[in-house]
Amino acid sequence: MTRAFDLFYGAHQALRSVTLEVPSNSVTAIIGPSGCGKSTLLRSFNRMNDLIPGVRTAGQVVVSGRDVYAPGTDVVELRRRVGMVFQRPNPFPKSIFENAAFGLRLLGIRDRGELEARVEQSLRRAALWDEVRDRLGRSALQLSGGQQQRLCIARCLAVEPEVVLMDEPAAALDPTATARIEELVLDLKKRYTIVIVTHNMQQAARISDRTAFMLMGALVEIGDTRRLFTSPREKLTEDYITGRFG
Amino acid sequence: MWADEAYRRLLGALALLVPVVAALVLYETARGAGPSLRVFGWGFLVSTDWDPVAERFGALPYLYGTLVSSAIAMALAVPFGIGSAVFLAELAPPRLGAVVSFVIDLLASIPSIVYGIWGLFVLAPWLRSAAEPWLTAHVGFLPLFQGFPFGIGMLNAGIVLAIMVVPTVVSISREILLATPRSLREAALALGSTRAEAIAVAVDAARPGILGAAILALGRALGETMAVTMVIGNTNRISASLLAPGATMASVIANEFAEATGKLYLSALVEIALVLFALTVVVNALARLLVVATTGGRRDVAGAA
Repeated sequence: MTRAFDLFYGAHQALRSVTLEVPSNSVTAIIGPSGCGKSTLLRSFNRMNDLIPGVRTAGQVVVSGRDVYAPGTDVVELRRRVGMVFQRPNPFPKSIFENAAFGLRLLGIRDRGELEARVEQSLRRAALWDEVRDRLGRSALQLSGGQQQRLCIARCLAVEPEVVLMDEPAAALDPTATARIEELVLDLKKRYTIVIVTHNMQQAARISDRTAFMLMGALVEIGDTRRLFTSPREKLTEDYITGRFG
Repeated sequence: MWADEAYRRLLGALALLVPVVAALVLYETARGAGPSLRVFGWGFLVSTDWDPVAERFGALPYLYGTLVSSAIAMALAVPFGIGSAVFLAELAPPRLGAVVSFVIDLLASIPSIVYGIWGLFVLAPWLRSAAEPWLTAHVGFLPLFQGFPFGIGMLNAGIVLAIMVVPTVVSISREILLATPRSLREAALALGSTRAEAIAVAVDAARPGILGAAILALGRALGETMAVTMVIGNTNRISASLLAPGATMASVIANEFAEATGKLYLSALVEIALVLFALTVVVNALARLLVVATTGGRRDVAGAA
C-alpha cells in the first residue's frame, strides 16, 4: 500500500499524493491513459525508479509493514520480496533452465537437486513446464513471445516473492498468448499478491479484484473492479471507462 | 527494369572485387614462395635454421615470436580493455565516458612507428633498469623471467603491442555493451541483483561481441610490423625467457627484405608472408568457431560474429 506518495522526475511531478491499499492474495489492476503515472507507481513498489537520475520521493510505500523508502532499506533484498514482470519479455540470453534459476543462484543456491526442483516448480506455476520440460538446455530466445513472457514470470516466481508487479505483461503479445497470461494471473493470486498495470480495460475487468484509475499522476478512484466498472463514483472514471477520452 | 538489373550487377561486381583481391594476394604470395616451398617442404615450419649464406631457411623462431608476442599482448590488452570498457559503458558518468572513449580512439590512430620509438626510448630503459630486474628477482624461478634484462625483447614487444591493440578492445566492447538492451539489466535488478551482478548479466550478453573485439585486436597484433621490429631485438632464437630478444614473421620480412639477394632467400621470406597469411586465417576461423561454440550460434546481440 502507499500513503500520500509523491514522486518527482527532476522538476516534473509524476505522482501526486497517491494513497492506495493492495490486499494480499488478490489482483489489483491500475488503469489509466498513457503517461498517467501507473507504471511509475508500479515501479515505486520495488524502487525500480531509483535507476532514473533525478528521482525524488515523499510519503511512504509500505510493503509487508515496512516503508520501502525508509533510510537504510536494503533495495536488493526488497526486490527479492517484490518481483516484477516487464512489458516486453526480457529473458536473459541463456538457457531456459538458467533463466529460471537466475534468482536462485543470486540467493546462493548451488545444490543441483534443489535448483532443478525449484526451477521445475516455478515453470509449472507459470504454466510453461509441459512445453519446455524436454528442452531446458535450449536458449530462451528460441521460445515464442508468449512463452518468453511466461518464462519471465517463472523466473520471478522462482525466488518466492510476496508481491508480483506486472507492467502491461501482455502488451507485446498476440491474443492467444494474452489469454494464457490472463489465466495464469488468475491462478497465481492464490499464492501471490499481484499488482498489474494495463491500459486494456477489458483485461482489468476480466482478471482483477480491485481496480485503481489514475489520471495525470493522481489516483482518481479505487474500488472493487465490478463496482468501478458498473457504477463509478467519479465523473472522470466514468468518462474514461466509457471511452470519452483516453 | 534494365536499370535494376544493371544496378544489381554493378553492386555484385563491387562486392566480388574484395574476395578476388584476397585471392590474387594469396596466389601471388604462393607463387613467390614456390621455390622455397619446393626445397624445404613442411620442414620450413619446424626448422630453426636461418642461414642466408648456406641458403638454409626455417621459420620456426619467427612463428614462435609472432605467437608469443601476440599472446603477451592479448594477455595484457584483453583484461584491461574489457575492464575499462565496462567502466566506460556502465559506471562512468556518460559525459566522462564519451570523452575518455574519444581519447582512447585517438590512441588507435597513432602511427605504429611512434609506438616503436616510445618502446625503444621510454619502455626499454625502464624495463632494463627497473621492471625486468624486479621480475628476475621475484618470479625468476619461472623460466619465463630468467636471463639478462635487455630491455628490448619479447616482453617489450608484447607490451607495445598490447598498448596498440587495447583501443580496439575498449571501443568495440564499449559499443557492444551500450547496445545491450537496458531491459536485461532491469530484469536482473528486479530479481534482486546487486549492481555488479546486473553488470555481469550485461557483459555475459555482450560476450560474443567482446570476443569479436578480442579477435580483431589479435589480428592486428599478429600482423603488426614496424613497432615490433624496433623493440623485439631481432634474433632468430627461441628462448623460453620473455626477457630475451626474438623476432616475428612480420619483423623478419621487414628487416631482411631489402637485403635478400638470392632467389631462394627472397622466396623464403615470401613463404613467411604466406605462413603469416595462413596463420591469421586460421586464428580468425578458430576464433569464430569459439564464438559459435560459446554462444550456441546465437546472433541476438549486436556485433555477434
